[in-house]
Amino acid sequence: MMLTLAPQDIEAIVLSLKVATASTLLSLPVGIAVAYVLAFTRFPGRALLEGLVNLPLVLPPVVVGYLLLLLFGKFGALGRLLSFWDLRIIFTLKGAVIASSVVGFPLLVRAIRIGMEGIDQHYLQAARTLGARWWDSIYTIILPLSGRAIIAGMTLMFARSLGEFGATIILAGNIPGVTQTIPLAIYEYTNTPGGDRMALSLCLVSIGLSLIVLLISEASVRSFRKR
Amino acid sequence: MQLEVDVAKKTGNFSLQVAFDLVGKKWGIFGPSGSGKSTLMHILAGLLTPDRGRITLDGVCLFDSKKKINLPPQQRRVGVVFQHAHLFPHMNVRRNLLYGWQRTPRAARQISPAAIIAALNLEDLLERGVARLSGGERQRLALGRTVLSCPRLILMDEPLTGLDQELKFQIIPYLTKVLAQFDIPFLFISHSLEEIRLMTDEVLIFNQGRLEQRLPAEELARRALVAGGRGYANLLYLSSPRPHGDLWSYQWGATELILLEGGGKGDNLFELGAKDVTLFKRHPEATSARNLLPCRVSDLFGEGNRMGVDLLSKGNHLVSQIVPESVRELDLKKGSEVVAVIKASAFRRLY
Repeated sequence: MMLTLAPQDIEAIVLSLKVATASTLLSLPVGIAVAYVLAFTRFPGRALLEGLVNLPLVLPPVVVGYLLLLLFGKFGALGRLLSFWDLRIIFTLKGAVIASSVVGFPLLVRAIRIGMEGIDQHYLQAARTLGARWWDSIYTIILPLSGRAIIAGMTLMFARSLGEFGATIILAGNIPGVTQTIPLAIYEYTNTPGGDRMALSLCLVSIGLSLIVLLISEASVRSFRKR
Repeated sequence: MQLEVDVAKKTGNFSLQVAFDLVGKKWGIFGPSGSGKSTLMHILAGLLTPDRGRITLDGVCLFDSKKKINLPPQQRRVGVVFQHAHLFPHMNVRRNLLYGWQRTPRAARQISPAAIIAALNLEDLLERGVARLSGGERQRLALGRTVLSCPRLILMDEPLTGLDQELKFQIIPYLTKVLAQFDIPFLFISHSLEEIRLMTDEVLIFNQGRLEQRLPAEELARRALVAGGRGYANLLYLSSPRPHGDLWSYQWGATELILLEGGGKGDNLFELGAKDVTLFKRHPEATSARNLLPCRVSDLFGEGNRMGVDLLSKGNHLVSQIVPESVRELDLKKGSEVVAVIKASAFRRLY
């Protein structure tokens, strides 16, 4: 079987990669910070924060998308605020990035947090008694030692973003060339008579991309272990 | 070093409440596990905040609950050598060694990395990953790393616990040498009487979160004679080993001793059980034992059926453990002249 891709499909692939890359990189600093807070600090309301972070993991993505639509819509709290700067989220690429970020965030935080919780606290104590300030010990001890967990989290989140459908279609719509990522394009093909072959081609691309992501992640984890 | 401590800390069922002033350089903290030694170490280092109290080191206030002073660990300049070294696994030996030094203000850097590397024999290990170090190398690196942060006080939290005997006696000479060479005061925490005696001059004895007593390390060891168990061991630093027939002769101050064991490089520290020192009223003309030392009794101590006789022989102290009946028969009292008889095989090399 020949793998045939229409120009529109190429656009969908490029958009998917853009959305996944942007949402993963933008979420990373916040993800690391939240993972740190959950792994190392005890404060009232911690359980609430943990619940909030993990909520998108258990909610149907459509529900997440709808809540985001309410928040960022014309009459939503954030939507109105952003309209002051002429920023529109819904039915834009930004919307797709936000939808992916929110849905993938729990996976990122979970992986990093597990990595951080595995770090022996004594390393931090040793660093502090050797003269390292708090942020210094985070930068020189915690981050390098959670390197593998961070890569694992980024991989999970990137892969999850590549496949994001429910929240994206509600917040960003399904506009070819603007917000139509691979899953949305497949969805459209399956609704079009005679689109089966094109849908299958994109499915193969999707499988290929996921495999590449896994291989890259495996390789970087290995290079981390060597050091 | 001058350290003033008066702190209280309650965690769960355990409460620590201690107050003491220390002057000097070589202090030990002795006590069973769960006596509060480690809690105190964490409090001094700033890793644990006491409920109330005051800590002053060389006139600098580290903690004062009334004045709301609580210096963070990195500002206290109190170094810690942990029991399990806690070397940073993602750094090689060099980066571990320099971690504290790079964070020490230039003005406070009194010790150079080159001097420490030489003193601890770390030259050949510098580029190695810490996962590929032996137990002894790890502890040497941990010590070097802490010393290079140029602390005003080093806390050693059972740094030798978990090492086997042989390794332990490989590390001790490094510890004593480096701490003396760079003139750093330390608090050595341990539940091993042997380590405490080898490392420290004076001891704080902890029990159940309270400071029970403070006394010289030697005094603590003499109590072990009375308490039984392994008893008292004389520690002898012997020098200039020379072959003597099929035995070895060593200098012990002005006295020559004959031993079974051959000489090693550098210091020779031997252990001699007090039970292995036999006393004679007069010089026995012939004996199988190779060492006959004329001594004067300088002290008698002990109780029950365990008596310790402190002997002075050409400026060296030696303790012999005997039973009260022998004290009576030999008519021992302060100033009595006796001959101490020791077999060549009674000495055990520590390092």
